[in-house]
Amino acid sequence: MRDLVIAGARLLDPASGLDSTGDLLLRDGRIEDLGSGQGRPEGAELVEAAGLCLIPGLVDLRADLGEPGHEHRETIASAAAAAAAGGITTLCALPDTDPPLDDPALVQFVLRRGEATGSLTLLPYGAATKRCEGRELAEYGLLKEAGAVAFTDGRRAIAGARTMRLALSYARAFGSFVVQHPEEPSLAAGGAATEGELATRLGLPGIPAAAEAIMVARDIALARITGGHVHFAHVSTGAALALIRAAKAEAVPGGFRVTCDTAPAYFDLNETAIGDWRTYAKLSPPLRPEADRLAVVAALADGTIDAIASDHQPRDADDKRLPFAQAEAGGAGLATLLGVTLARVHGGDLGLLAALELLTARPARLLGLPVGRLTKGAPADLVLLDLERGWQVKDGQLPGKAQNTPFDGRALEGRVLGTWKAGRRVFG
Amino acid sequence: MSFSFPILPGGHLLAIEGLEPPHIGALLDLAESYALLNRSGKTQRDLLRGRTLINLFFEDSTRTRTSFELAGKRLGADVINMSVSTSSVNKGETLLDTAATLNAMHCDLLVVRHAQSGAPALLSQKVSASVINAGDGTHEHPTQALLDALTIRRRKGRLEGLVVAICGDVLHSRVARSNIHLLTAMNARVRVVGPPTLIPAEAARLGVEVFHDMRAGLAGADVVMMLRLQKERMTGGLVPSSREFFRFFGLDREKLAVARPDAIVMHPGPMNRGVEIESSIADDPERSVIGEQVEMGVACRMAVLDVLARDLRRNA
Repeated sequence: MRDLVIAGARLLDPASGLDSTGDLLLRDGRIEDLGSGQGRPEGAELVEAAGLCLIPGLVDLRADLGEPGHEHRETIASAAAAAAAGGITTLCALPDTDPPLDDPALVQFVLRRGEATGSLTLLPYGAATKRCEGRELAEYGLLKEAGAVAFTDGRRAIAGARTMRLALSYARAFGSFVVQHPEEPSLAAGGAATEGELATRLGLPGIPAAAEAIMVARDIALARITGGHVHFAHVSTGAALALIRAAKAEAVPGGFRVTCDTAPAYFDLNETAIGDWRTYAKLSPPLRPEADRLAVVAALADGTIDAIASDHQPRDADDKRLPFAQAEAGGAGLATLLGVTLARVHGGDLGLLAALELLTARPARLLGLPVGRLTKGAPADLVLLDLERGWQVKDGQLPGKAQNTPFDGRALEGRVLGTWKAGRRVFG
Repeated sequence: MSFSFPILPGGHLLAIEGLEPPHIGALLDLAESYALLNRSGKTQRDLLRGRTLINLFFEDSTRTRTSFELAGKRLGADVINMSVSTSSVNKGETLLDTAATLNAMHCDLLVVRHAQSGAPALLSQKVSASVINAGDGTHEHPTQALLDALTIRRRKGRLEGLVVAICGDVLHSRVARSNIHLLTAMNARVRVVGPPTLIPAEAARLGVEVFHDMRAGLAGADVVMMLRLQKERMTGGLVPSSREFFRFFGLDREKLAVARPDAIVMHPGPMNRGVEIESSIADDPERSVIGEQVEMGVACRMAVLDVLARDLRRNA
């Protein structure tokens, strides 16, 4: 592969705090050098990037890819195209596929499909329980050997307290963690929206917001008695975030560990987005009142939240063109992860480096991966970004197969112009 | 009667929420005139001549369907009843398939009942007809609220300032929601009365007072509106038994005694006698206006069809 120089860009590395204009040299899939003033090797390809930002490729902790089992919604190949367009170069795929990823061979299958895209490091989660049914633990050791990045039942909460206790405990043997969908299922059953005035007006069965905090409180207690590591996905309420904040303050090195992520919908939208029976805004967990959205923004700013994940949930028109309570929950998120996060930067809630760190270095650290960095020797997973360029999210015009964006019509500032995976240009 | 403003601006009647008091008042005035016409035995068969009205019912309902059928026929429309049995409906894809079929049939007025909240709104985006919500899930039942309001207005002479107690399973009641929106818009004082497990979250935010004790909730009421308690609510664990429900939340003489002496008793039907209402009250001509509600139902539906047909002519 020829050397490549990306010249005159604003180099942003959230992990080190680097924010300066300079060149970056790619060689053999790695970042060979970066900074200002070094020479450009002869014969190197040159990308002029004056006025643009160069950032590490995004690390997405949570996406449902549709494959295997729901290829009509999305395939690994179509998701990879959407990810590249969205600046995502590392992505963790949920295991509640059909069949679920509870067998080493299935984990290897997804890994191979990921490699075949050539544009994405695809890291499948292993099922936390067999068939993701919440009863017996899956084979964490064998799944991890096969390449499982951690363990979860995906969109399903691990409901039984004993099962969760065993999962947190057993995962320790393999230095791994358990990702929970924090929603007490008996309170959430049949629900279509957050319980409250809006759900009452619309006549929709409600899910009390407390269903999240109840599960978070329980699992923190279980992490404490097992010494395990629980990671809460797509946290969306102030009450749950307060519990996580307190647990983090209490945790000591070598003891139990609590981490969490959220998704752009939970800091960019509130429940009013479902107002006209907009099924594209039907998500799981459901969108919350404005006070919770503000609490999520505050928890991003104060570090309680460890990562922003796309929570990509591809659904097709048949899943969504239904009366609201019957429509499937979930929103497409790969192409909008960066843009919607940057809206909080443009809005003044988050600093640029802090926002980028939530998309790159912090999730990478959680996974123990050497990516998400703009540093010498790191894999050349890079995104060239025009921070100011505006665009509009439009259903039907998103990259990839899934078009079910809850942000339909949203004007965003910040456009990915190019994505490199291990030194190879995969978008733009 | 002529109006200087569009009564149903969207060309559909999907909900009471969002209608302004002048719209509601105009609909009730028009309905009142139809009530008089109906009593006189005259008809007005030219108004909807050549128009097709389809009653599309995904849930069983004899009363509402018949009422719409009669209203349509009295105005001269060609009325067709389509009952789609719930067992054969594979959720909503059929709903939109049905919409395509109805478009091909050039239906003008579509009356929809569906077990899912928002289904008529979804249909209204896909069909060329004017859509009338005849009850959707636990969302709204707008023509029921209109007929209740007309019944009250005829009996009490007004809506403003009246104390109306809506009692029972408010949580699952689209009738309650539509009535709350209409009556609060018209400045009645609305109370909801029931066990906390059957009162929706944040009910007070709809502008009502919430009571969990029947005597407190009925004290001084001008109107007592009982709601149907679905049997499956008991199996769902929201109420331990029908006898306990009747004892504490059913309407009997003793509880009714705390309401105003001239209080009227309403029920949207069909009634569970001995569960939410004592038979002797339901059948008491001094108290019960349940028969009049049915009569006003036809008049109100004629008024709604009339208003929507004016829009059809305007857009023709």
